[in-house]
Amino acid sequence: MIPSNAPIIEVDKLNFYYGDKQALAGITMRAMPNIITALIGPSGCGKSTFLRIFNRMNDLIPGTRVEGKVVYEGMDLYAPEVDPVEIRRRVGMVFQKPNPFPKSIYNNVAYGPRLSGLKDRHALDDLVERSLKSAALWDEVKDMLNKSALGLSGGQQQRLCIARALATQPDVILFDEPTSALDPIATGFIEELLLELKKKYTVLIVTHNMQQAARVSDETAFFYLGQLIEMGPTEEMFTRPLNPQTERYITGRFG
Amino acid sequence: MINRHSLTVRKLREQVAFGLLRLAMALVLGSLGGILLFVFIQGAGAISWTFLTDVPRDSMTKGGIFPAIVGTFYLTVGALLVALPLGVAAAVYLSEYAREGRLLRLVRLGINNLAGVPSVVFGLFGLALFVVAFKMGVSLAAGSLTLGLLILPTIIGASEEAMRAVPDTYREASYGLGGSRWQTIWRVVLPAAFPGILTGSILSIGRAAGETAPIMFTAATFYTLHLPKSPFAEVMALPYHVYVLATAGTHIEQTRPLQYGTVMVLITLVLSLCLVAIVVRTRLRKKKLW
Repeated sequence: MIPSNAPIIEVDKLNFYYGDKQALAGITMRAMPNIITALIGPSGCGKSTFLRIFNRMNDLIPGTRVEGKVVYEGMDLYAPEVDPVEIRRRVGMVFQKPNPFPKSIYNNVAYGPRLSGLKDRHALDDLVERSLKSAALWDEVKDMLNKSALGLSGGQQQRLCIARALATQPDVILFDEPTSALDPIATGFIEELLLELKKKYTVLIVTHNMQQAARVSDETAFFYLGQLIEMGPTEEMFTRPLNPQTERYITGRFG
Repeated sequence: MINRHSLTVRKLREQVAFGLLRLAMALVLGSLGGILLFVFIQGAGAISWTFLTDVPRDSMTKGGIFPAIVGTFYLTVGALLVALPLGVAAAVYLSEYAREGRLLRLVRLGINNLAGVPSVVFGLFGLALFVVAFKMGVSLAAGSLTLGLLILPTIIGASEEAMRAVPDTYREASYGLGGSRWQTIWRVVLPAAFPGILTGSILSIGRAAGETAPIMFTAATFYTLHLPKSPFAEVMALPYHVYVLATAGTHIEQTRPLQYGTVMVLITLVLSLCLVAIVVRTRLRKKKLW
């Protein structure tokens, strides 16, 4: 078991290319377990690309290239013998726009475990219930598990997507602007949920919303034009940033 | 200042345009209605329980068309059994695996050209390949294979379009949960594309059931007492039966009502098969699973 003062993720001199275009340059950082790390920065700064390094989702785009080391729980993520499919079961992802499958609520949550071969009905029932409870959705849907997921509201759908990601029992969950498509009340729900989730999981969240980063995260990393400008405890980043660029972004001089 | 003259002119133009569109619609529906009415008037008299369940008697002037109904049903189902797996598999390849390039363009060209081949050419091809070279003889099997090839481009086209229409966000979600490409296709893309594939099947049912030329040389015989006992038996078929009665029958005047009755049965059979598929699709849609 990893002791809790060792990083769960370490990145060393990471470069990332979309074909010839370099999107990330020389990123070196680490993420600690059981905290929320926020990735902030203006549009196009590479924070979403960076997030997707950790579950190898960028591999799906042809022509992408990774240089440098990305270590997750002591394992080099981009070593040739590593299976991206396995990684994605341990590093889950929640996307910006809720994207439940056109299936029932139950089958949405059970999708991940079924991929791994879990067939036993009782085990699945149990896992579905626990995941929906962890995503604070169980009470609202427990009597309609067979209804289509598309009938839920936006906020409920996003919580369903969180439950779905939790069902594969990951260690790390990546959130890519999870509330940007939601109304303020649903956003508040999810932010509370994140604070609960960090007790059991490690959370990395990309957010456009600086106030959200300030509200929920323990550490914040500021990206600009593909580079990591500064990273530190959230309170310090927002009150006493070391880098002038960070300060300009935080105070809204540019964005 | 509002120019009231131009408002009136605009409204008038709108009325004229919609009127023309309604006229076009009326022509289309009218043609369909006219055909159905014509067939009904000429053939309704021949419909009876005997007609539907009996074999032809007395040089087809009496009796029924039951063997032809069965034959057409088997041929249509057989064609779908051939074309659906092949067509959907091809569509999966084209939509999910193939990369843009010269080979892909050639494949698409081939499929599109296949769609344009006249049906009699399919018949001759089926004769040369299935009946003679594969030694199937004139049979249900040869006819189904030939019809299957005929409807293949339609199935491929509709299935591929249905799969391309499945939003990438679903695929992304599946990959994010640790799904492989095949698992994503099998568990997410194909189920979501199912209504579109069903639509392609509906369109194909009509063609497969109603085409005469492909089955003339490969499956159909104009008279058999027996229902097909094996896929390698000859069958009677409704469109071919109509052809025979209309042109080569020995008592054309007497068989005319039966001819139109046969047409009615064919149309009804096709409409029923389509209706079943449409009902299935509607009920699946209603469950909001799509």
